[in-house]
Amino acid sequence: MSSQSLQSAAVARLDALRHIVLAHGGGGQLTDELIGRMVLPRLGNDVLNDLLDASCVDLATSRAALTIDGYVVQPLTFPGGDIGRLAISGTVNDLAVSGAEPVAIALGLILAEGLDRKVLEKVLDSIAATAREAGVRVVTGDTKVVGRGQADGMYITTAGVGAVPAGRRLHMDQIRPGDAVLISGPIADHGLTVMLARQMPDVQSVLRSDVAPLNGMIRRMLDRTGGVVFMRDPTRGGLASVAADIAQRTGLHVLLDEPRIPIRPETRHAAEMLGLDPLEVANEGKVLVVVRPDAAEAALAALREDPLGREAMIIGRIEDVRDGLCELQTVIGGRRILQKPYGEQLPRIC
Amino acid sequence: MSQRRIIDSQEYLRRLRDAAEAIGRRVSFMEVCGTHTVNAFRCGLHSLMPSNVRLLSGPGCPVCVTSQGDIDMMIELARRGDVTICTYGDMLRVTGSGGNLEEARGQGAEVRVVYSSLEAVRLAAAEPDRKVVFTGVGFETTTPPTAAAVLEAEARNLKNFSVLVSHKRIMPAMRALLDSGQVRVDGFLCPGHVSAIIGYAAFAPVVRRYDLPCVIAGFEDLQIAAGLARLAEMVRDRRPTLENLYPQAVTRWGNRRAQNLIRRVFRSADATWRGLGAIPGSGLSLRGRFARFDAQQVFGLSAPNSPEPPGCRCGEVITGRVEPSECKLFGTACTPVRPMGPCMVSSEGTCQAWFKYHRPQGSLPAVTGVEVRA
Repeated sequence: MSSQSLQSAAVARLDALRHIVLAHGGGGQLTDELIGRMVLPRLGNDVLNDLLDASCVDLATSRAALTIDGYVVQPLTFPGGDIGRLAISGTVNDLAVSGAEPVAIALGLILAEGLDRKVLEKVLDSIAATAREAGVRVVTGDTKVVGRGQADGMYITTAGVGAVPAGRRLHMDQIRPGDAVLISGPIADHGLTVMLARQMPDVQSVLRSDVAPLNGMIRRMLDRTGGVVFMRDPTRGGLASVAADIAQRTGLHVLLDEPRIPIRPETRHAAEMLGLDPLEVANEGKVLVVVRPDAAEAALAALREDPLGREAMIIGRIEDVRDGLCELQTVIGGRRILQKPYGEQLPRIC
Repeated sequence: MSQRRIIDSQEYLRRLRDAAEAIGRRVSFMEVCGTHTVNAFRCGLHSLMPSNVRLLSGPGCPVCVTSQGDIDMMIELARRGDVTICTYGDMLRVTGSGGNLEEARGQGAEVRVVYSSLEAVRLAAAEPDRKVVFTGVGFETTTPPTAAAVLEAEARNLKNFSVLVSHKRIMPAMRALLDSGQVRVDGFLCPGHVSAIIGYAAFAPVVRRYDLPCVIAGFEDLQIAAGLARLAEMVRDRRPTLENLYPQAVTRWGNRRAQNLIRRVFRSADATWRGLGAIPGSGLSLRGRFARFDAQQVFGLSAPNSPEPPGCRCGEVITGRVEPSECKLFGTACTPVRPMGPCMVSSEGTCQAWFKYHRPQGSLPAVTGVEVRA
């Protein structure tokens, strides 16, 4: 048998592996096979295909935004998304809420020995589809394989680079009394979907994660109005955490109007069942916007033009009270403090 | 959010204010359910109460009334290498004399948070080499699922499943509270979930013997407001009765099937409550036939007479004798991040609800509403 046919026989054998093995991270033939047969066909582009140690990208601006995030969600797949869609959306959204236009993503995969190849393929498909949706490219990456039972099957790290247009500066220090607070849609869907999937896999639920890249919607809003002063995606800690943070850091009073905060009935029920406050639950496809009062309607209209922002609402405003507190005006007209939640959310027992 | 709900709640609040004004003295109502505690705070009800009406939180949070000794037993079991503790999440951070379950887990103990007692049974069946102990905590609402778990373990003939029982019954506690004379309340907002199991007739003796109005209410802002309005009106009219404002879920005699389940597996026993001490007949223990599922017997444990954390006033808080802010530890040494007492650990504990949602009245900025079109 010629050496060439020996080699192709080896590749065929490797191809037949249905699970990730340690050698996939060894930097040898199996690594090549993983990159060449699984990653590049899905994520490849003229930059990534060169497989250089570092990739160069054109930013066409003098200011770049840089962000990084790790994704360790369990289960890897949940209604409405998976860890791949989450990894791209999370990094794209971090750039977009900073006012940057996402340009390129670096992808780090940490795979556990024994991971089903089909699961990895599905996640890679999802990464590709979400990157296409966001109009951003994966330009470099890294793959490691760790021992069986480690890394919960798969961890993903994504770093992103974005271009910040000249003259744009979104920052909390721009926030002033009178500014309006907007949310781009119903809250708490992601956190509750994942928590139900993790804790009560037998429960049939109509809940779906909202995970989505928001840069298109945000771009339209920023193009349409100059009045946006600050944005953040309310992920872990939810809306309460972001609103309380704004109050604390600006020293101003943030007043949210509970009846205006969009929450789906099914989400509310799931939160009640688990004893959680939807205001403290994570979102992965929502943006909170602080905007000058005279630009609030224009920003709202721009958000609502996007399918991801159809249910956007103006939910509150910045008050001229220097106490650094965030308050919720409740449905029945009462008031209560909103604070950042404390660590892990413990479900109640009755 | 329906306009109707807002209008209705305004109507109930108006009735509450009118009745409170006519009463003309300070009145205190007590709820005995953690969900009422939290939801009253979440909907900002305390900021809307007439100045002479107080809503106290009674011993209605199961975590908060679990004695230090019971918690110490859980932790002692968790530290044994061959035991897997299955617990509802709220118990994780309740600190006993030496640490809590979360810390024990960090040090290598097998502690799993479950959402249903049957999860623990399934785990025991799947891992026959481990001894699986379920912590049975809670009132009449969580007792039937524990009973079902014991019956399931019996049906599967499991040798490695047991329950550390600290279930409690709400009625003996309410009676003990009233008999102690230490608590002055003018009426009870009775718990919706517990009433669904035991039936609203169970509260009739409170009205008869103590001449206090009792209203069974649901958990929404509107339902709590309606309950308080009715309590105030009954005090004003000096006509204390028992009213069920939660007929969607609560019947006169309750859920017989659940009651039978409890009776089949448990018998009444004395129990120690944090803050209330030992109350005869207020707890439950497994019937003799199920002794092999009783973790205390299986592992030869007895609840140590553990002192409560020095300075902690959870006991007085859950009997409505002090407000959380009167405790020196509150908000300083004791916060939700580092709780000392159980009322700060549980998401339904009075202290945590105070810490999270409450601010002293009078310091509020003027209510101007959020004027936006949308």
